[in-house]
Amino acid sequence: MRKIEPLLAILLAGAMIAAAIAAPWLRFVLTIALAKGIAVMGILLLLRAGQVSFGHALYIAFGAYTVAFLAPRFGDAMILLPLAAVGAGALGLVIGLFVTRYRQIFFGMLNLAMSMVFYSLLEKLYAITKGSDGIRVEIMPVAGQALDRITYEWTIFGIALGLAFVLGLLLRLYLASPMGEALAGIKTRETRLEFMGVPARGVLLSAYVMSAVLGGIGGALIAMTSRHVTPLLAYWTSSGELVFIAILGGAGGVLGPFLGAAGYELVRVYAAASFADAWQMILGAVLLLVILFAPGGLWGMAARAIGGRGR
Amino acid sequence: MSEVLLQATGLRLAFGGVKAADGIDLGVMKGEFLAIIGPNGAGKTTFINMTTGYLRPNAGEISYEGQRITGMSPRAIVKRGIARSFQLPQLFLEHTVEQNVALAVASRDGIWSPLTPLLRPGYRDEARDLLERFGLTGIAETRADALNEGARKLADIAMAVALKPRLLLMDEPTSGVAASEKMDVVETLARVLRDAKVTAVFVEHDMDVVERFADRVAVWSQGRIAALGPPGEVLSDPAVQREVIGIERHA
Repeated sequence: MRKIEPLLAILLAGAMIAAAIAAPWLRFVLTIALAKGIAVMGILLLLRAGQVSFGHALYIAFGAYTVAFLAPRFGDAMILLPLAAVGAGALGLVIGLFVTRYRQIFFGMLNLAMSMVFYSLLEKLYAITKGSDGIRVEIMPVAGQALDRITYEWTIFGIALGLAFVLGLLLRLYLASPMGEALAGIKTRETRLEFMGVPARGVLLSAYVMSAVLGGIGGALIAMTSRHVTPLLAYWTSSGELVFIAILGGAGGVLGPFLGAAGYELVRVYAAASFADAWQMILGAVLLLVILFAPGGLWGMAARAIGGRGR
Repeated sequence: MSEVLLQATGLRLAFGGVKAADGIDLGVMKGEFLAIIGPNGAGKTTFINMTTGYLRPNAGEISYEGQRITGMSPRAIVKRGIARSFQLPQLFLEHTVEQNVALAVASRDGIWSPLTPLLRPGYRDEARDLLERFGLTGIAETRADALNEGARKLADIAMAVALKPRLLLMDEPTSGVAASEKMDVVETLARVLRDAKVTAVFVEHDMDVVERFADRVAVWSQGRIAALGPPGEVLSDPAVQREVIGIERHA
Protein backbone atom coordinates (compact mmCIF):
# COMPACT_ATOMS: atom_id res chain seq x y z
CA MET A 1 0.00 0.00 0.00
CA ARG A 2 2.85 2.35 0.86
CA LYS A 3 4.30 1.88 -2.62
CA ILE A 4 1.24 3.14 -4.45
CA GLU A 5 0.58 5.98 -2.00
CA PRO A 6 2.55 8.52 -4.12
CA LEU A 7 0.60 7.44 -7.20
CA LEU A 8 -2.68 7.90 -5.34
CA ALA A 9 -1.49 11.31 -4.17
CA ILE A 10 -0.81 12.35 -7.76
CA LEU A 11 -4.24 11.07 -8.82
CA LEU A 12 -5.92 12.96 -5.96
CA ALA A 13 -4.03 16.15 -6.84
CA GLY A 14 -5.02 15.71 -10.49
CA ALA A 15 -8.67 15.23 -9.50
CA MET A 16 -8.55 18.39 -7.35
CA ILE A 17 -7.07 20.45 -10.19
CA ALA A 18 -9.64 19.07 -12.65
CA ALA A 19 -12.49 19.85 -10.21
CA ALA A 20 -11.17 23.38 -9.64
CA ILE A 21 -11.04 23.97 -13.41
CA ALA A 22 -14.47 22.43 -14.07
CA ALA A 23 -16.21 24.29 -11.23
CA PRO A 24 -14.30 27.48 -10.31
CA TRP A 25 -16.25 27.91 -7.04
CA LEU A 26 -14.72 24.64 -5.89
CA ARG A 27 -11.27 26.25 -6.01
CA PHE A 28 -12.03 28.03 -2.74
CA VAL A 29 -13.46 24.90 -1.11
CA LEU A 30 -10.52 22.74 -2.17
CA THR A 31 -7.90 25.29 -1.08
CA ILE A 32 -9.50 25.35 2.37
CA ALA A 33 -9.60 21.52 2.30
CA LEU A 34 -5.87 21.40 1.46
CA ALA A 35 -5.09 23.89 4.24
CA LYS A 36 -7.08 21.86 6.75
CA GLY A 37 -5.52 18.66 5.43
CA ILE A 38 -2.07 20.09 6.18
CA ALA A 39 -3.18 20.98 9.72
CA VAL A 40 -4.77 17.55 10.19
CA MET A 41 -1.43 15.92 9.33
CA GLY A 42 -0.37 17.41 12.67
CA ILE A 43 -3.29 15.64 14.37
CA LEU A 44 -2.24 12.41 12.64
CA LEU A 45 1.25 12.81 14.09
CA LEU A 46 -0.12 12.99 17.61
CA LEU A 47 -2.53 10.12 16.95
CA ARG A 48 0.49 7.99 16.10
CA ALA A 49 1.58 8.49 19.70
CA GLY A 50 -1.94 7.65 20.88
CA GLN A 51 -2.66 11.25 21.85
CA VAL A 52 -5.59 13.37 20.70
CA SER A 53 -5.44 17.15 20.85
CA PHE A 54 -8.77 18.90 21.27
CA GLY A 55 -7.13 22.30 20.90
CA HIS A 56 -5.07 22.33 17.73
CA ALA A 57 -7.24 25.03 16.17
CA LEU A 58 -5.06 27.29 18.33
CA TYR A 59 -2.23 26.89 15.84
CA ILE A 60 -4.50 27.41 12.85
CA ALA A 61 -5.75 30.63 14.43
CA PHE A 62 -2.19 31.67 15.31
CA GLY A 63 -1.04 31.14 11.72
CA ALA A 64 -4.08 32.97 10.35
CA TYR A 65 -3.68 35.96 12.71
CA THR A 66 0.06 36.08 11.96
CA VAL A 67 -0.88 36.65 8.32
CA ALA A 68 -3.57 39.19 9.25
CA PHE A 69 -1.29 41.16 11.59
CA LEU A 70 1.85 41.09 9.47
CA ALA A 71 0.34 41.43 5.99
CA PRO A 72 0.43 45.24 6.10
CA ARG A 73 4.13 45.14 7.05
CA PHE A 74 5.44 42.12 5.09
CA GLY A 75 2.82 41.99 2.39
CA ASP A 76 4.01 38.89 0.55
CA ALA A 77 2.64 35.38 0.88
CA MET A 78 6.10 33.86 0.49
CA ILE A 79 7.31 35.77 3.56
CA LEU A 80 4.15 35.38 5.63
CA LEU A 81 3.89 31.61 5.22
CA PRO A 82 7.30 30.86 6.78
CA LEU A 83 6.66 33.48 9.48
CA ALA A 84 3.36 31.79 10.39
CA ALA A 85 5.06 28.38 10.42
CA VAL A 86 7.97 29.50 12.59
CA GLY A 87 5.70 31.49 14.94
CA ALA A 88 3.32 28.55 15.39
CA GLY A 89 6.29 26.24 15.94
CA ALA A 90 7.68 28.55 18.64
CA LEU A 91 4.28 28.72 20.34
CA GLY A 92 4.00 24.93 20.02
CA LEU A 93 7.37 24.55 21.73
CA VAL A 94 6.32 26.72 24.68
CA ILE A 95 2.93 25.03 25.11
CA GLY A 96 4.35 21.62 24.25
CA LEU A 97 6.90 21.82 27.07
CA PHE A 98 3.90 21.84 29.39
CA VAL A 99 1.28 19.62 27.73
CA THR A 100 3.65 16.79 26.73
CA ARG A 101 4.08 16.03 30.42
CA TYR A 102 0.56 14.61 30.27
CA ARG A 103 -1.12 11.82 28.35
CA GLN A 104 -4.54 10.74 27.11
CA ILE A 105 -7.51 12.79 28.32
CA PHE A 106 -5.29 15.23 30.27
CA PHE A 107 -3.26 15.94 27.14
CA GLY A 108 -6.42 16.47 25.11
CA MET A 109 -8.13 18.73 27.63
CA LEU A 110 -5.04 20.84 28.35
CA ASN A 111 -4.76 21.55 24.64
CA LEU A 112 -8.43 22.49 24.63
CA ALA A 113 -7.85 24.84 27.56
CA MET A 114 -4.91 26.52 25.79
CA SER A 115 -6.93 27.05 22.63
CA MET A 116 -9.85 28.54 24.59
CA VAL A 117 -7.50 30.94 26.39
CA PHE A 118 -6.22 32.06 22.99
CA TYR A 119 -9.81 32.34 21.71
CA SER A 120 -10.74 34.55 24.67
CA LEU A 121 -7.73 36.79 24.08
CA LEU A 122 -8.70 37.20 20.43
CA GLU A 123 -12.26 38.00 21.49
CA LYS A 124 -11.51 40.39 24.35
CA LEU A 125 -8.47 42.33 23.16
CA TYR A 126 -10.59 44.30 20.75
CA ALA A 127 -8.14 47.17 20.31
CA ILE A 128 -5.60 44.75 18.85
CA THR A 129 -7.66 41.93 17.34
CA LYS A 130 -10.92 43.71 16.42
CA GLY A 131 -12.69 41.11 18.55
CA SER A 132 -15.37 39.00 16.91
CA ASP A 133 -15.43 41.38 13.91
CA GLY A 134 -12.12 39.88 12.90
CA ILE A 135 -9.50 41.29 10.56
CA ARG A 136 -9.73 41.51 6.80
CA VAL A 137 -6.77 40.22 4.78
CA GLU A 138 -6.20 41.94 1.44
CA ILE A 139 -5.03 40.18 -1.69
CA MET A 140 -1.26 40.19 -1.36
CA PRO A 141 1.66 39.81 -3.75
CA VAL A 142 3.20 36.38 -4.10
CA ALA A 143 7.00 36.30 -4.49
CA GLY A 144 6.92 39.99 -5.34
CA GLN A 145 4.29 39.61 -8.06
CA ALA A 146 1.10 41.66 -7.73
CA LEU A 147 -1.79 39.45 -8.89
CA ASP A 148 -5.42 39.96 -9.86
CA ARG A 149 -8.04 38.10 -7.82
CA ILE A 150 -8.44 35.05 -10.07
CA THR A 151 -4.68 34.57 -10.53
CA TYR A 152 -4.14 35.10 -6.80
CA GLU A 153 -6.71 32.41 -5.92
CA TRP A 154 -5.16 29.96 -8.36
CA THR A 155 -1.71 30.76 -6.99
CA ILE A 156 -2.74 30.15 -3.38
CA PHE A 157 -4.45 26.93 -4.50
CA GLY A 158 -1.21 25.90 -6.23
CA ILE A 159 0.89 26.77 -3.18
CA ALA A 160 -1.47 24.80 -0.93
CA LEU A 161 -1.29 21.81 -3.27
CA GLY A 162 2.51 22.03 -3.53
CA LEU A 163 2.91 22.35 0.24
CA ALA A 164 0.50 19.44 0.82
CA PHE A 165 2.63 17.32 -1.50
CA VAL A 166 6.01 18.27 -0.03
CA LEU A 167 4.88 18.20 3.61
CA GLY A 168 3.04 14.91 3.04
CA LEU A 169 6.22 13.41 1.58
CA LEU A 170 8.32 14.66 4.51
CA LEU A 171 5.77 13.35 7.01
CA ARG A 172 5.78 9.98 5.28
CA LEU A 173 9.57 9.80 5.57
CA TYR A 174 9.39 10.88 9.20
CA LEU A 175 6.82 8.25 10.17
CA ALA A 176 9.03 5.47 8.78
CA SER A 177 12.18 6.83 10.47
CA PRO A 178 13.51 5.73 13.87
CA MET A 179 12.09 8.97 15.31
CA GLY A 180 8.65 8.34 13.79
CA GLU A 181 8.62 4.71 14.89
CA ALA A 182 9.67 5.76 18.40
CA LEU A 183 6.72 8.18 18.34
CA ALA A 184 4.42 5.25 17.52
CA GLY A 185 6.12 3.35 20.35
CA ILE A 186 4.80 5.91 22.84
CA LYS A 187 1.30 4.60 22.10
CA THR A 188 2.02 1.07 23.29
CA ARG A 189 5.21 1.00 25.41
CA GLU A 190 6.46 4.39 26.45
CA THR A 191 8.39 2.92 29.39
CA ARG A 192 10.41 0.70 27.08
CA LEU A 193 11.65 3.73 25.18
CA GLU A 194 13.14 5.14 28.37
CA PHE A 195 14.89 1.80 29.05
CA MET A 196 16.33 2.00 25.53
CA GLY A 197 17.83 5.41 26.29
CA VAL A 198 15.22 7.26 24.23
CA PRO A 199 13.57 10.31 25.83
CA ALA A 200 9.90 9.62 25.13
CA ARG A 201 8.84 13.11 26.13
CA GLY A 202 11.41 14.63 23.80
CA VAL A 203 10.10 12.51 20.94
CA LEU A 204 6.51 13.59 21.68
CA LEU A 205 7.55 17.23 22.09
CA SER A 206 9.29 17.28 18.72
CA ALA A 207 6.17 15.77 17.11
CA TYR A 208 4.04 18.34 18.91
CA VAL A 209 6.15 21.21 17.57
CA MET A 210 5.90 19.74 14.06
CA SER A 211 2.13 19.49 14.45
CA ALA A 212 2.03 23.15 15.54
CA VAL A 213 4.06 24.15 12.47
CA LEU A 214 1.62 22.25 10.25
CA GLY A 215 -1.28 23.99 12.01
CA GLY A 216 0.38 27.37 11.48
CA ILE A 217 0.88 26.72 7.77
CA GLY A 218 -2.72 25.54 7.44
CA GLY A 219 -3.95 28.64 9.24
CA ALA A 220 -1.87 30.97 7.07
CA LEU A 221 -3.32 29.37 3.94
CA ILE A 222 -6.85 29.69 5.34
CA ALA A 223 -6.28 33.41 6.02
CA MET A 224 -4.91 33.95 2.51
CA THR A 225 -7.86 32.09 1.00
CA SER A 226 -10.83 33.28 3.06
CA ARG A 227 -9.16 36.73 3.46
CA HIS A 228 -10.88 37.27 6.77
CA VAL A 229 -9.83 35.94 10.16
CA THR A 230 -11.99 35.77 13.27
CA PRO A 231 -11.58 34.27 16.77
CA LEU A 232 -13.83 31.41 15.67
CA LEU A 233 -10.75 29.87 14.06
CA ALA A 234 -9.53 29.07 17.60
CA TYR A 235 -12.90 28.01 19.01
CA TRP A 236 -13.23 24.47 20.35
CA THR A 237 -15.56 23.45 17.54
CA SER A 238 -12.76 24.21 15.07
CA SER A 239 -10.45 21.88 17.02
CA GLY A 240 -13.19 19.26 17.03
CA GLU A 241 -13.44 19.71 13.27
CA LEU A 242 -9.76 18.75 12.90
CA VAL A 243 -10.27 15.58 14.95
CA PHE A 244 -13.43 14.87 12.93
CA ILE A 245 -11.45 15.16 9.67
CA ALA A 246 -8.67 12.96 11.06
CA ILE A 247 -11.17 10.21 11.92
CA LEU A 248 -13.04 10.63 8.65
CA GLY A 249 -9.83 10.43 6.62
CA GLY A 250 -8.15 7.77 8.71
CA ALA A 251 -4.79 7.90 10.47
CA GLY A 252 -3.19 5.06 8.51
CA GLY A 253 -1.41 7.17 5.90
CA VAL A 254 -0.56 10.76 5.00
CA LEU A 255 -3.30 10.82 2.35
CA GLY A 256 -5.94 10.26 5.03
CA PRO A 257 -6.02 13.90 6.22
CA PHE A 258 -6.50 15.16 2.66
CA LEU A 259 -9.19 12.61 1.80
CA GLY A 260 -10.88 13.50 5.09
CA ALA A 261 -10.59 17.26 4.56
CA ALA A 262 -11.86 17.10 0.97
CA GLY A 263 -14.71 14.79 2.00
CA TYR A 264 -15.59 16.99 4.97
CA GLU A 265 -15.60 20.26 3.04
CA LEU A 266 -17.59 18.84 0.13
CA VAL A 267 -20.19 17.18 2.37
CA ARG A 268 -20.45 20.38 4.38
CA VAL A 269 -20.88 22.60 1.32
CA TYR A 270 -23.44 20.36 -0.36
CA ALA A 271 -25.29 19.58 2.86
CA ALA A 272 -25.42 23.27 3.80
CA ALA A 273 -26.72 24.17 0.34
CA SER A 274 -29.32 21.41 0.26
CA PHE A 275 -30.38 21.23 3.91
CA ALA A 276 -29.54 24.58 5.47
CA ASP A 277 -30.93 23.66 8.88
CA ALA A 278 -29.62 20.12 9.08
CA TRP A 279 -26.10 20.09 7.65
CA GLN A 280 -24.48 19.41 11.03
CA MET A 281 -26.78 16.41 11.44
CA ILE A 282 -25.71 15.11 8.03
CA LEU A 283 -22.02 15.54 8.95
CA GLY A 284 -22.65 13.73 12.23
CA ALA A 285 -24.39 10.88 10.41
CA VAL A 286 -21.45 10.60 7.98
CA LEU A 287 -18.99 10.37 10.87
CA LEU A 288 -21.16 7.79 12.61
CA LEU A 289 -21.25 5.66 9.47
CA VAL A 290 -17.48 5.92 9.09
CA ILE A 291 -16.86 4.90 12.71
CA LEU A 292 -19.31 2.00 12.48
CA PHE A 293 -18.46 0.63 9.07
CA ALA A 294 -15.01 1.99 8.17
CA PRO A 295 -12.96 2.48 11.34
CA GLY A 296 -9.87 3.05 9.19
CA GLY A 297 -11.58 6.08 7.63
CA LEU A 298 -11.61 6.93 3.93
CA TRP A 299 -7.94 5.96 3.66
CA GLY A 300 -8.67 2.57 5.20
CA MET A 301 -11.53 2.08 2.72
CA ALA A 302 -9.27 3.02 -0.17
CA ALA A 303 -6.58 0.68 1.11
CA ARG A 304 -9.02 -2.20 1.40
CA ALA A 305 -10.40 -1.52 -2.08
CA ILE A 306 -6.89 -1.71 -3.50
CA GLY A 307 -6.11 -4.76 -1.44
CA GLY A 308 -3.70 -3.46 1.18
CA ARG A 309 -3.73 -2.43 4.80
CA GLY A 310 -4.40 1.03 6.12
CA ARG A 311 -0.91 1.25 7.43
CA MET B 1 36.12 -13.12 36.61
CA SER B 2 37.58 -11.26 39.56
CA GLU B 3 36.73 -7.69 38.58
CA VAL B 4 33.59 -6.23 40.18
CA LEU B 5 31.31 -4.75 37.53
CA LEU B 6 28.36 -3.75 39.69
CA GLN B 7 28.46 -3.14 43.42
CA ALA B 8 25.38 -2.61 45.57
CA THR B 9 26.05 -1.46 49.13
CA GLY B 10 23.52 -1.20 51.94
CA LEU B 11 20.49 -0.83 49.66
CA ARG B 12 17.27 -0.16 51.51
CA LEU B 13 13.83 0.50 50.12
CA ALA B 14 10.46 0.16 51.81
CA PHE B 15 6.95 0.43 50.39
CA GLY B 16 4.95 1.52 53.40
CA GLY B 17 5.76 -1.09 56.01
CA VAL B 18 7.07 -3.67 53.54
CA LYS B 19 10.85 -3.83 53.28
CA ALA B 20 11.61 -4.69 49.65
CA ALA B 21 15.33 -4.12 50.21
CA ASP B 22 16.71 -4.35 53.72
CA GLY B 23 20.44 -3.84 53.47
CA ILE B 24 21.44 -5.47 50.17
CA ASP B 25 25.20 -5.85 49.66
CA LEU B 26 26.08 -7.54 46.42
CA GLY B 27 28.97 -7.45 43.97
CA VAL B 28 28.45 -8.72 40.42
CA MET B 29 31.65 -9.95 38.80
CA LYS B 30 32.53 -9.11 35.24
CA GLY B 31 31.58 -11.95 32.87
CA GLU B 32 29.54 -14.00 35.33
CA PHE B 33 25.97 -15.22 35.14
CA LEU B 34 24.40 -14.49 38.51
CA ALA B 35 21.01 -16.00 39.29
CA ILE B 36 18.68 -14.43 41.84
CA ILE B 37 16.20 -16.81 43.40
CA GLY B 38 13.68 -16.44 46.18
CA PRO B 39 9.97 -16.49 46.91
CA ASN B 40 7.55 -13.97 45.43
CA GLY B 41 7.71 -10.64 47.23
CA ALA B 42 11.31 -11.17 48.38
CA GLY B 43 12.49 -8.04 46.54
CA LYS B 44 14.17 -9.59 43.48
CA THR B 45 12.49 -7.36 40.92
CA THR B 46 12.95 -4.37 43.22
CA PHE B 47 16.72 -4.94 43.02
CA ILE B 48 16.54 -4.87 39.20
CA ASN B 49 14.33 -1.79 39.30
CA MET B 50 16.76 0.03 41.59
CA THR B 51 19.77 -0.96 39.50
CA THR B 52 18.15 0.25 36.27
CA GLY B 53 16.90 3.55 37.69
CA TYR B 54 13.18 2.76 37.81
CA LEU B 55 13.18 2.94 41.62
CA ARG B 56 15.38 5.04 43.85
CA PRO B 57 16.60 3.38 47.07
CA ASN B 58 15.83 5.06 50.41
CA ALA B 59 19.43 4.41 51.43
CA GLY B 60 22.55 2.76 50.08
CA GLU B 61 24.52 3.05 46.90
CA ILE B 62 24.93 1.29 43.57
CA SER B 63 28.09 1.72 41.57
CA TYR B 64 28.85 0.42 38.11
CA GLU B 65 32.37 0.23 36.72
CA GLY B 66 33.41 2.26 39.75
CA GLN B 67 30.96 5.10 39.07
CA ARG B 68 27.98 5.85 41.33
CA ILE B 69 24.70 5.33 39.44
CA THR B 70 22.24 5.53 42.36
CA GLY B 71 19.28 7.76 41.50
CA MET B 72 20.23 8.15 37.84
CA SER B 73 17.42 7.97 35.27
CA PRO B 74 16.88 4.74 33.31
CA ARG B 75 18.09 6.57 30.20
CA ALA B 76 21.35 7.64 31.81
CA ILE B 77 21.92 4.11 33.11
CA VAL B 78 21.29 2.52 29.70
CA LYS B 79 23.83 4.90 28.17
CA ARG B 80 26.40 3.55 30.64
CA GLY B 81 25.91 0.00 29.41
CA ILE B 82 23.23 -1.56 31.62
CA ALA B 83 20.14 -2.98 29.90
CA ARG B 84 17.21 -4.97 31.18
CA SER B 85 14.42 -7.23 30.05
CA PHE B 86 11.07 -7.45 31.78
CA GLN B 87 8.96 -9.99 33.62
CA LEU B 88 6.07 -8.84 31.41
CA PRO B 89 7.68 -8.31 28.00
CA GLN B 90 7.65 -4.66 27.00
CA LEU B 91 7.39 -4.81 23.23
CA PHE B 92 5.97 -2.16 20.92
CA LEU B 93 2.80 -4.07 20.21
CA GLU B 94 1.86 -2.47 16.90
CA HIS B 95 5.34 -3.00 15.44
CA THR B 96 6.75 -6.18 13.95
CA VAL B 97 9.43 -8.13 15.82
CA GLU B 98 12.02 -6.89 13.33
CA GLN B 99 10.93 -3.26 13.85
CA ASN B 100 11.09 -3.72 17.62
CA VAL B 101 14.66 -4.97 17.51
CA ALA B 102 15.69 -2.47 14.80
CA LEU B 103 14.35 0.36 16.97
CA ALA B 104 16.50 -0.87 19.84
CA VAL B 105 19.51 -1.01 17.49
CA ALA B 106 18.74 2.51 16.23
CA SER B 107 18.34 3.84 19.76
CA ARG B 108 22.10 3.41 20.28
CA ASP B 109 22.53 6.26 17.77
CA GLY B 110 19.92 8.40 19.51
CA ILE B 111 17.06 7.91 16.95
CA TRP B 112 17.13 11.60 16.04
CA SER B 113 17.21 11.07 12.29
CA PRO B 114 13.76 12.05 11.06
CA LEU B 115 14.06 11.39 7.33
CA THR B 116 15.95 8.11 6.93
CA PRO B 117 14.02 4.84 7.32
CA LEU B 118 14.28 2.71 10.44
CA LEU B 119 14.66 -0.42 8.32
CA ARG B 120 17.71 0.93 6.45
CA PRO B 121 20.34 -1.70 5.63
CA GLY B 122 22.55 -1.08 8.68
CA TYR B 123 19.84 -1.33 11.31
CA ARG B 124 17.85 -4.01 9.49
CA ASP B 125 20.88 -6.25 8.95
CA GLU B 126 21.89 -6.03 12.59
CA ALA B 127 18.30 -6.68 13.71
CA ARG B 128 18.02 -9.70 11.39
CA ASP B 129 21.36 -11.05 12.59
CA LEU B 130 20.20 -10.79 16.18
CA LEU B 131 16.86 -12.39 15.40
CA GLU B 132 18.67 -15.24 13.71
CA ARG B 133 20.87 -15.79 16.77
CA PHE B 134 17.75 -15.87 18.93
CA GLY B 135 15.98 -18.20 16.50
CA LEU B 136 13.30 -15.61 15.78
CA THR B 137 13.82 -15.18 12.04
CA GLY B 138 10.55 -16.96 11.26
CA ILE B 139 8.50 -14.39 13.14
CA ALA B 140 10.47 -11.27 12.11
CA GLU B 141 7.50 -9.90 10.16
CA THR B 142 4.92 -10.79 12.83
CA ARG B 143 3.38 -8.02 14.88
CA ALA B 144 4.36 -8.20 18.53
CA ASP B 145 0.76 -8.37 19.71
CA ALA B 146 0.32 -11.63 17.79
CA LEU B 147 3.21 -13.50 19.47
CA ASN B 148 2.97 -16.24 22.07
CA GLU B 149 4.47 -15.59 25.50
CA GLY B 150 7.70 -17.48 24.86
CA ALA B 151 8.43 -15.58 21.66
CA ARG B 152 7.60 -12.30 23.40
CA LYS B 153 10.11 -13.11 26.12
CA LEU B 154 12.87 -13.82 23.63
CA ALA B 155 12.07 -10.75 21.54
CA ASP B 156 12.10 -8.67 24.73
CA ILE B 157 15.57 -9.99 25.61
CA ALA B 158 16.74 -9.56 22.00
CA MET B 159 15.80 -5.88 22.26
CA ALA B 160 17.85 -5.53 25.41
CA VAL B 161 20.84 -7.31 23.80
CA ALA B 162 20.50 -5.03 20.76
CA LEU B 163 21.52 -2.16 23.03
CA LYS B 164 24.95 -3.86 23.31
CA PRO B 165 25.04 -3.73 27.11
CA ARG B 166 27.95 -4.88 29.22
CA LEU B 167 25.53 -5.84 31.98
CA LEU B 168 22.10 -7.33 31.29
CA LEU B 169 19.47 -7.78 33.98
CA MET B 170 16.68 -10.21 33.11
CA ASP B 171 13.52 -10.60 35.13
CA GLU B 172 12.30 -14.18 34.85
CA PRO B 173 13.54 -14.80 31.30
CA THR B 174 11.99 -18.28 31.11
CA SER B 175 8.56 -17.65 32.63
CA GLY B 176 5.90 -18.26 30.03
CA VAL B 177 8.24 -20.37 27.93
CA ALA B 178 6.91 -23.90 27.36
CA ALA B 179 8.67 -26.44 29.61
CA SER B 180 9.77 -28.47 26.59
CA GLU B 181 11.46 -25.41 25.04
CA LYS B 182 12.90 -23.91 28.20
CA MET B 183 16.37 -25.46 28.10
CA ASP B 184 16.76 -24.72 24.38
CA VAL B 185 15.77 -21.12 24.96
CA VAL B 186 18.22 -20.67 27.82
CA GLU B 187 20.92 -22.47 25.87
CA THR B 188 20.43 -20.03 23.01
CA LEU B 189 20.36 -17.10 25.37
CA ALA B 190 23.51 -18.17 27.21
CA ARG B 191 25.37 -18.66 23.94
CA VAL B 192 24.38 -15.22 22.64
CA LEU B 193 25.36 -13.53 25.90
CA ARG B 194 28.68 -15.36 26.22
CA ASP B 195 29.53 -14.57 22.58
CA ALA B 196 28.78 -10.91 23.24
CA LYS B 197 30.76 -11.02 26.53
CA VAL B 198 27.74 -9.75 28.45
CA THR B 199 27.57 -10.13 32.23
CA ALA B 200 24.10 -11.29 33.21
CA VAL B 201 21.98 -11.11 36.34
CA PHE B 202 18.72 -13.02 36.05
CA VAL B 203 15.80 -13.66 38.35
CA GLU B 204 14.75 -17.27 37.94
CA HIS B 205 12.31 -19.72 39.49
CA ASP B 206 13.40 -22.85 37.63
CA MET B 207 16.17 -24.48 39.69
CA ASP B 208 17.25 -26.70 36.77
CA VAL B 209 17.96 -23.58 34.73
CA VAL B 210 19.80 -22.00 37.66
CA GLU B 211 21.89 -25.09 38.30
CA ARG B 212 22.87 -25.41 34.68
CA PHE B 213 23.57 -21.82 33.68
CA ALA B 214 24.41 -19.74 36.74
CA ASP B 215 27.98 -19.23 37.92
CA ARG B 216 26.67 -17.99 41.28
CA VAL B 217 23.32 -17.87 42.97
CA ALA B 218 22.00 -15.19 45.33
CA VAL B 219 19.07 -16.23 47.50
CA TRP B 220 16.68 -13.38 48.31
CA SER B 221 14.49 -13.49 51.38
CA GLN B 222 12.43 -10.61 52.79
CA GLY B 223 14.60 -7.97 51.17
CA ARG B 224 17.89 -9.54 52.26
CA ILE B 225 20.42 -11.86 50.69
CA ALA B 226 20.09 -15.10 52.65
CA ALA B 227 22.80 -17.01 50.78
CA LEU B 228 25.30 -16.39 48.00
CA GLY B 229 27.64 -18.77 46.24
CA PRO B 230 28.05 -21.43 43.54
CA PRO B 231 24.79 -23.23 42.63
CA GLY B 232 25.96 -26.64 43.83
CA GLU B 233 26.77 -25.24 47.24
CA VAL B 234 23.79 -22.89 47.69
CA LEU B 235 21.08 -25.16 46.31
CA SER B 236 22.17 -28.07 48.49
CA ASP B 237 21.96 -25.95 51.66
CA PRO B 238 19.11 -27.48 53.74
CA ALA B 239 17.86 -24.06 54.84
CA VAL B 240 17.66 -22.84 51.24
CA GLN B 241 16.01 -26.07 50.17
CA ARG B 242 13.43 -25.78 52.91
CA GLU B 243 12.70 -22.07 52.83
CA VAL B 244 13.21 -21.17 49.19
CA ILE B 245 13.25 -24.12 46.88
CA GLY B 246 10.47 -25.88 48.72
CA ILE B 247 8.29 -22.81 48.45
CA GLU B 248 9.24 -22.32 44.82
CA ARG B 249 8.37 -25.85 43.84
CA HIS B 250 4.90 -25.29 45.21
CA ALA B 251 4.54 -21.70 43.89
